[in-house]
Amino acid sequence: MTADVDKAFRRHAPEALATLIRLVGDFDLAEEGLQEAFAAAALAWPADPPSNPRAWLVTVGRRKALDQLRRRIAFRARRDALTAAAEIEAQAVPDEIDEAEAAFQGDDLLRLIFTCCHPALSLEAQVALTLRTVCQLPTAAVARAFLVAEEAMAQRLVRAKAKIHDAGIPYATPAREALDTRIEGVLAVIYLVFTEAYAGDPRRSLAAEAIGLARRLDALLPGRGAIQGLLALMLLHEARRPARTDAAGDIVLLEDQDRALWDAAMIAEGLALVAPALKAATPPSPYAVQAAIAALHDEAATPGVTDWRQILGLYAVLMRLTPSPVVELNHAAALAMVDGPAAALPRVEALAARGALAGYDVLPAVRADLLRRLGRRAEALAFYEEALALARHEPDRRFFQRRIKELGRLTLPVTPDGPQGRSGA
Amino acid sequence: MQYLLLIYSAESDDANLDGPKLMADYGAFTQGIVQSGHFKSADRLKPVDTATTVRVREGKTLTTDGPFAETREQLGGYYLVEAKDIDEAVAIAAKVPTAKHGSIEVRPVWAM
Repeated sequence: MTADVDKAFRRHAPEALATLIRLVGDFDLAEEGLQEAFAAAALAWPADPPSNPRAWLVTVGRRKALDQLRRRIAFRARRDALTAAAEIEAQAVPDEIDEAEAAFQGDDLLRLIFTCCHPALSLEAQVALTLRTVCQLPTAAVARAFLVAEEAMAQRLVRAKAKIHDAGIPYATPAREALDTRIEGVLAVIYLVFTEAYAGDPRRSLAAEAIGLARRLDALLPGRGAIQGLLALMLLHEARRPARTDAAGDIVLLEDQDRALWDAAMIAEGLALVAPALKAATPPSPYAVQAAIAALHDEAATPGVTDWRQILGLYAVLMRLTPSPVVELNHAAALAMVDGPAAALPRVEALAARGALAGYDVLPAVRADLLRRLGRRAEALAFYEEALALARHEPDRRFFQRRIKELGRLTLPVTPDGPQGRSGA
Repeated sequence: MQYLLLIYSAESDDANLDGPKLMADYGAFTQGIVQSGHFKSADRLKPVDTATTVRVREGKTLTTDGPFAETREQLGGYYLVEAKDIDEAVAIAAKVPTAKHGSIEVRPVWAM
């Protein structure tokens, strides 16, 4: 019974909260009002489920927020509390549920998203606030996602909301001139959730939350290449997850993955977004280009039919749009697939010489892979050792160890009683 | 809401700046925000080597030559502005001529 209330609440809470913040004019007060409405819902909904849960939450939440404000006034008689109460009362929002529904404005949620991702807040504050208020994840879950103690995360949220209040961060959708830049900020938060957040378990990411956020953003701000591009990119990556690790939790390379395990529905959804994302603007959003690359992988029925030439071309485009050592490295890896490892190796060596990716395990890993394919096994072994030393995740470590073991066997000298077996009988 | 715009720049770079142009730019900027109604007050500060820092510890007044901390960029002036929210304050700060080569700290002021 309470599980149903929980589910219904989580579904409607973000939009209800977004509207409440606008009506009540204060983040904290709105949240408290919503929490009290949730407590009331837990009691009332099982017996009498509302036909419009969102409007119910807004109506009750607003009443509770007003009560909360009156308590503060009685307690401290602060001038701004009195003004705020007067303002809430003056709002033409009646108590009737139907009319509360009319008060809902579609872009309330957009306002909430943009406020959580305001550039005046630190990136970690933006991520924490977005996960807590827009995704309605409990504070403990947000803390686990970033390997931070719950108390520390609670403090981070308190400080973020204090800054919103004290610095006058407006509860508003940005002006037209600023919209593109601010959207990029939101997308950066979403992408960080996709790539960095783990639900306490390295194998369970918050990819679903990130994809949900991008879907909401796309629905609210349709036709924008950057949003569609990021959504497509995440869908096309996430679709491969079931095939990415084996039963032991070890990494399965893209070329070895069982493509039957890929999520066809996600791939279809992602593919459908790629062309519109690329066409939406000139130059296209880097997210759209990355999505196009992922699409080429996901479309290939087998690794052998992957269109590496097109992938290489797209990396060249990406290098022009967002030049960076990581993009260069990916470009070099694609080059190796088109023109062979010998063509790509000098580029990877140059990258290493520049020192731009020092500490990044993928660099020596790619180098080792190219050397391995060229039969230069002793050198390959050395760079896999380097990658192993730099690896940050356990599955990556095990992968490098496997490679080292394979190469070690191959490079050991053959002796009469060596690993090749005993000569003679 | 009121915001204090604190203007920081490296005094050592001053010689490389076009003094008269900077003054003209500041004049235009100030006039602009006076007309828009955002301006409350502003001052240019004398260079940081004219600064003196005062601390009172255990009843003793300690006076030291120089700013409270040695920093790469130094406080050179301020504007006190009225703005409806931080976005408006930031938009004004971005127009401060020093924003192009220095840093403008935007600090909200407690309402009294």
